[in-house]
Amino acid sequence: MTASEEVFGKVQEALVEALGVENDEVTREATMVGDLGAESIDFLDIVFKLEKAFGISIPREELFPDDILTNAEYVQDGKVTEGGIKVLKERLPWANLEKFEQNPRVQDFGNLLTVNDLCSYVQSKL
Amino acid sequence: MRWFWIDRFEKFVVGTEAVTIKNVTLAEEPLDDYLPGYPHYPHALIIEGMAQTGGLLLSQMEDFQQKIVLAKISKAHFGAIAQPGDQLRLKVKLLSRQLDGAIVSGEVELNGVPNAELELTFAILDDKFGQEPFFIPSDLCRILRSLKLFDVGVTPDGQPIQVPQHMLDAEVEALTTTPT
Repeated sequence: MTASEEVFGKVQEALVEALGVENDEVTREATMVGDLGAESIDFLDIVFKLEKAFGISIPREELFPDDILTNAEYVQDGKVTEGGIKVLKERLPWANLEKFEQNPRVQDFGNLLTVNDLCSYVQSKL
Repeated sequence: MRWFWIDRFEKFVVGTEAVTIKNVTLAEEPLDDYLPGYPHYPHALIIEGMAQTGGLLLSQMEDFQQKIVLAKISKAHFGAIAQPGDQLRLKVKLLSRQLDGAIVSGEVELNGVPNAELELTFAILDDKFGQEPFFIPSDLCRILRSLKLFDVGVTPDGQPIQVPQHMLDAEVEALTTTPT
């Protein structure tokens, strides 16, 4: 088993436990909110389970850049500005923001995170 | 209406763990009504007792001034049914605490025998949910005294905990204010 597969396996296990979903629902492409039905309170549980499974510490702002998305400097008319996207990419180098960049509505950001993003994030912490 | 599903704190270590006792009695309405002819203590009320134990463990960390609610039951595995005359011991340990929530693990003993395992997630509500506290401070203080929380509560290094000053002030005000 490769390191990447091992990370995915543990992330999958954490998500199955935290969200009460089936193993086969947790694909790499699945979005946390839209496909797996994660609600805000679930992320507390997910973060805790990932910290325990991998022995890492996950500061909230690394996964949830609320400070950027609510900063008037980076948001105009409900959309993240070019400057905001740049800051987001620096903060979340593990996330695939290509699709979001096409129409960067703040309200859509919450549904951006996929299982694969989560795996990439964890991998970056190991 | 009373909504206490714990009788007394047996152990309380600030920010770490708490143990409460719940004596099950036929005098309680839900026992007889829940399944007539087969009086037993519903699991949902054990969960509520665990939530009260864990919620107070968390709430004490901010002098009982935060609004904390049970947000999610991540795990709840139960064994034998508790019946009138039985005693439950609810043991809670704090696993993780963040700005917006916390996770606790729970173990239940039924007459001294391991009976249930739980994991609960709490949300810590911010000002979006209003400034008013969930409980009138003097009422909450009375409840905590009744539950013997201040009798057994200690800090991790064993020092007894004190009743927060704002609660003592609220008690004095409640006792000296004439109802209108």
